[in-house]
Amino acid sequence: MDKVIIAKDLSLSYSSSETIINKADFSVNSGSFVFITGASGSGKSTLLKSLFGALKPKQGSLVVGGVELKGVSRSKLNFLRRHIGIVFQDYKLVKEWTIDKNIMLPLLINGYVKNVASNQVDKLLKHVRLNHQSGKFPLELSGGEQQRAAMARALAHNPVLILADEPTGNLDEYSSQLIWNLLEGANSQLNTTVIVVTHNIPKTLNVDYKHFHIEYGSIHEVC
Amino acid sequence: MKSVRNHLSLVIALLSIIFSMQVYLIAERSIEAYRVNLAQNYSVIAVSKKRLEQNEILSINNIISDAKELSPDSVIEKLGSDMKSSNFELLKLTLPKFYKLSLTHYPTPDEVKNLRRDLLKNSSITKVEDFSHTHDKTYKLLLLFKNVVGLFAIVVFVVTVLLITKELKIWQYKHNERMSIMGLFGAALWLRSAILFRLAIVDALIATLLAFGIFTYLASSPLILEQFANIGINIVIFDQVDDLLLILGVAMSISILLASLIVLGHKEEA
Repeated sequence: MDKVIIAKDLSLSYSSSETIINKADFSVNSGSFVFITGASGSGKSTLLKSLFGALKPKQGSLVVGGVELKGVSRSKLNFLRRHIGIVFQDYKLVKEWTIDKNIMLPLLINGYVKNVASNQVDKLLKHVRLNHQSGKFPLELSGGEQQRAAMARALAHNPVLILADEPTGNLDEYSSQLIWNLLEGANSQLNTTVIVVTHNIPKTLNVDYKHFHIEYGSIHEVC
Repeated sequence: MKSVRNHLSLVIALLSIIFSMQVYLIAERSIEAYRVNLAQNYSVIAVSKKRLEQNEILSINNIISDAKELSPDSVIEKLGSDMKSSNFELLKLTLPKFYKLSLTHYPTPDEVKNLRRDLLKNSSITKVEDFSHTHDKTYKLLLLFKNVVGLFAIVVFVVTVLLITKELKIWQYKHNERMSIMGLFGAALWLRSAILFRLAIVDALIATLLAFGIFTYLASSPLILEQFANIGINIVIFDQVDDLLLILGVAMSISILLASLIVLGHKEEA
């Protein structure tokens, strides 16, 4: 099976004095569902940032989607990011844009024609049950609705990899369940690799998953 | 409404800068017109023992633009009408020659001194009247005006820099988040910056059009025209081609500089 992520001897840090992830070795198969857990400040989000190139490896090698992220050029990083969907706990929606335009963003970046992108947005809004909120700005929506819009944006361009940083951290039970269903659907129906950083793995999940736990800078797989 | 608010902050800043710049230009033009006016009305009188050729006078100092011999008739007429005509002619021949010297521009006190010295070097010229007392007073007044306008220009420059710095911070705050989010999905730099540059160009055009409207109105306003007529100055308050191009250039340069600084100063979210 193809490996979508390969980390060898990977060390991550924000400064030269403190290492967050220390000499980690792990890999993720294409089409798998992965949870990354750990205590607050253990380096879960740091690891996720490194997977989309927001933090470069201090040492070792990190290959995502065939792209070596150590010393990666800006153009290669942009190319990689066009094939990744990212979901954040704080949604990261552009506040001055409507949710439609936010969802359309990865489609336009990937070169979709505007009316094709617009049709795709309509489908996605229905898919995340936000079609009644079309044309609204993010701040006019509830937290759960904003996260669903962010999910739609992450799914819009059929990415090979979805990275989600505590996607249900601020949400009620109903919205959380919807988000898990969407992630599950992307993984099972589209064979998208999903990596989720979370404190709690949901008990209702209907997919096989891999679980990595981070402790004291080390990553180990929980069986 | 949101869109109007997005544009308003930069448009107002640009408009203030354009307005101050145009007012400075009007002040400069007024002073220049006043200076030309003074230069036209100011002249030096030279008294010569013998008739001098125009070329000879012009070669004395470059500042002399024209030399006219003053007719002695009016002076002689005042001496009395009982004089014989033959005596009149004799008197005319023996009287010294008076020359009114026009100058290329309104001279500085030093230029007046140099002109006086150069004229007196000529052995034929016996006396020079330069009206230095009146000249000094007028020149000092002109200098005062120039300094006030210069000071105004410095204040405008400082205010402009402050406005641009403030605007830069607002724009950085407003656009950094969107640029970062676009970057997360792999947007190239030109695409991330496109909105910013489009906004900058549109705002520069709006500010230019508003300034054009304001100054076209002011340039034809009877109240303004009357003020200039009262002080005897006739200047172009707003040139609809040259001034329009100038304010468009300034507005575009400032907004594009602002957008470029934001793009260059943009940091990726880590």
